[in-house]
Amino acid sequence: MRREIQFRLNGQAVSAQVAPHETLVEVLRDEFGLLGARESCGQGMCGCCTVLVDGRAVSGCLYLATLAENSEIQTVESTTEPDAVQQAFIEASAFQCGFCTPGFVLMTRQLLDEHPDPDEDTIRHYLSGNLCRCAAYPEIIEAVKLAAKKRRKS
Amino acid sequence: MKRAAHSTETPQVGRSVPRLESWLKVMGRAEYVHNLRLPGMLYGKIFRSSVAHGRIKRLDVSAAQRVAGVYRVITAKEIRELIAEPYYGPAFHDQPILAIDKVRHVGEPVAVVLASDPHVAEEAVHLIEAEYDELPAVYDEIEAMTSKAIVHDALKPAGTFPDLKHLKGRTNTNIALEFRLRRGNPEKAFAAAPRVFEHRFRTQQVMHTPLEPLVSVAESTESSLTIHTASQSPSFVRIEIARLLGWPENRVRVRVPFLGGGFGAKLYIKLEALVAVLSLITRKPVKVSLTMEEQFFTITKHASTFRIKSGVDKDGRLVARECEVWWNGGAYADIGPRVTQKSGFTAPGPYDIENVAIDSYALYTNLPPAGALRGFGIPQLVWAYESHTDLIARELGIDPVEFRRKNLLREGRPQATGTRMQDAAIEKVLERAAALIDWGKPFDRGTGTLRKGRGIAIGFKACIANTTSLAAVNVNADGSCTVYTSCVDMGQGSDTAMAQIAGEVLQIPTEAVTVVHSDTDVTPFDMATLGSRSLFHSGNAVRLAAEDALKKISQLKSELQLPANTAIADVFRKKYGMRAGSVTGVGNFIPPYTPPDENGQTDNATPFWMVGATAVEVEVDTETGRVQVRRLVNVADVGTPINPRIVETQLSGGAIMQLGFTLFEKMVFDRQGQLRNASLAEYKIPGFLDLPADIVNEAVVAEQRSGPFGAKGVGETATFGVSPAIANAVHDAVGVRLTELPLTPEAVYMKLQEAK
Repeated sequence: MRREIQFRLNGQAVSAQVAPHETLVEVLRDEFGLLGARESCGQGMCGCCTVLVDGRAVSGCLYLATLAENSEIQTVESTTEPDAVQQAFIEASAFQCGFCTPGFVLMTRQLLDEHPDPDEDTIRHYLSGNLCRCAAYPEIIEAVKLAAKKRRKS
Repeated sequence: MKRAAHSTETPQVGRSVPRLESWLKVMGRAEYVHNLRLPGMLYGKIFRSSVAHGRIKRLDVSAAQRVAGVYRVITAKEIRELIAEPYYGPAFHDQPILAIDKVRHVGEPVAVVLASDPHVAEEAVHLIEAEYDELPAVYDEIEAMTSKAIVHDALKPAGTFPDLKHLKGRTNTNIALEFRLRRGNPEKAFAAAPRVFEHRFRTQQVMHTPLEPLVSVAESTESSLTIHTASQSPSFVRIEIARLLGWPENRVRVRVPFLGGGFGAKLYIKLEALVAVLSLITRKPVKVSLTMEEQFFTITKHASTFRIKSGVDKDGRLVARECEVWWNGGAYADIGPRVTQKSGFTAPGPYDIENVAIDSYALYTNLPPAGALRGFGIPQLVWAYESHTDLIARELGIDPVEFRRKNLLREGRPQATGTRMQDAAIEKVLERAAALIDWGKPFDRGTGTLRKGRGIAIGFKACIANTTSLAAVNVNADGSCTVYTSCVDMGQGSDTAMAQIAGEVLQIPTEAVTVVHSDTDVTPFDMATLGSRSLFHSGNAVRLAAEDALKKISQLKSELQLPANTAIADVFRKKYGMRAGSVTGVGNFIPPYTPPDENGQTDNATPFWMVGATAVEVEVDTETGRVQVRRLVNVADVGTPINPRIVETQLSGGAIMQLGFTLFEKMVFDRQGQLRNASLAEYKIPGFLDLPADIVNEAVVAEQRSGPFGAKGVGETATFGVSPAIANAVHDAVGVRLTELPLTPEAVYMKLQEAK
């Protein structure tokens, strides 16, 4: 039942044997040892499993791995050093337990690609699909603004 | 912020150091049990009860067992071959690892399918058949007092808490604990009081919802067991597993990395006993990882009913208060009896009242078990007493803040237990909250269908006693430092705080300190990371351990006749002739405590008091009943913060969490005890769009003299006042009083219609 698919993962050409029911989160975890995208609610409601597919955020716990064929997949592990967004999250203390953080980081990257200088309302609406039970929301807003500033500078 | 007197030349305490694990967390590399996979590991999927109360008539697992890829199906029968009495719990040994003979709530674990592919295990679970002889069930905490439906045939206190021992073997009751407090002469005072007010308030059942759902992994040999678990209480897990197996503690190892949130959900034992027996039966590593849905059937926050009555004299002074609180503990006691007592004794609130009667009841019902959730029962109590206090003030025509001022429990005055208030900045916290919301100043009250109002509430909490924390601090040959503590970092930043405390004592930068995560083979005993106790208890233990290490190093210096300012690395080099050796300091902290007498009286009820107030401005839409919090002000006495930024985020996070419990979160059960909204699609937690426009958090200048560098706990403090402050503001805005949480648009709208 498994078939081989090819795709690019964090900039590298890769292939994997995937079963039809397997989700992207499962394949990233089981085949590639990438643990930053995490299944939490299992319904696409919380954003902990966020992965970028061809630059668009998807819920990796619902996205079938087989659909990733020939796409460009980006996970939180794509960088080995913190980028502007991750640096801003550290400086603004924009996390507590850290479980949801990779999802927020990826979503923030997509947000800043579309809105390089977002206002608070834009930030709230754009990130409303990601949940943080520690409720670091005010600090995340700060982090996004800070990241925008950092990205504009560089 | 004000700094305590212990500051040194390299002040680590009072610095807003970013969390030490920041890099790991933003890079997605932090270790959680959620991520753990071991070679040859089996996944367990749980078959759960579909009825609220029933005898198991037939359990057929044969079809599940036949599914290709299923390793084995386990029921209570197999577990009892290993452990004759497989019941666990911190207060009562009432919870079976898997249901035995009877099920007591919908969603109770009955059987487990093991397979190396979790999808196979899940598929097979659906093929298990169970038939039950259904029994009458009870869901309401008041009905449970007198119901003919009895959840447990006999009470089985664990024996760990002396005040529960007398309950052993008691039958025909759902009351797991009755806590009673009497002070002064309430009857007489009520008879003499010119005004008496009485109200009844309710809170709903809600769930912690950590985004890393409960997860445990066990691996075993013939004589040892290692449990990797997302737990707030590794030391307790070890004790309880050793007790169940009849093993010495040194054969059970419990490891805890970071937690993806806890909030009280991951306390005592949850999945650990299950994975332990599954691994011992199969001799394979076993992982049980709950889904979000399953968490709703595992541990929740108590629903409660609180009847509160107050007598007020002609000057507006509270002279008597009577509190009756019923806690809906669900089918298993978990820590409910502690909530009933430890929180019960603060039920009259932070007011100076001479005549007090408290009766607090922990009740069994046929709902999923309830335990501790960020406040250990305090938010339920504050909800009632601060709504009540506001109502009295309004009826007396006294400004609500002025009425509180008149009655506030001030420093040095005895609380209901008789314990005198010490280092509790109640007055300061109230005044700052009032000032920050511009209390008493005119404001835009809205027009037409959008009305604005303000509300304030203040609560306090005694930290749980009697509890112990141990710690060790190792100073290595190069002068670097390693802290060993079983305090669990679940997001509250304890690793960073412990490193700051050790760094402060040893005068080295926080960043040069490493904190070893809980591992019962390595880190010393710690009661648990709960109830905002850890910064105070573990923090004091770390401070003592670091001081002990420092003392040993200075002894070494004088032994070697080295000047006092010699660098630590040079001391070791001199001693051993090369880079070698280490010095270990140990700290053992247990604060004094006096257990209450039969009237709940004690001269020392708690090692410290926590104080939190919330003031809000809300806007109510009278057409839809929607309540929006415009401004949220949280003020707390946290002593002297070790890390001001982390303190601020704890206050903010706690208050926003409580906002969800106030405005919309609610587990909805039907008449058969079936939960109707067990998923994040139907059970909403606060997100960005629920955030108040303006949030202010402030720690007042204060010092907890017995705390490490003047500090005390903060994790729960901002939850206390949120719910009543909002209800009080709604009353202020539109003149209606809600007495039951949550304050949904529907509930507010119905009240508005009633009032018309």
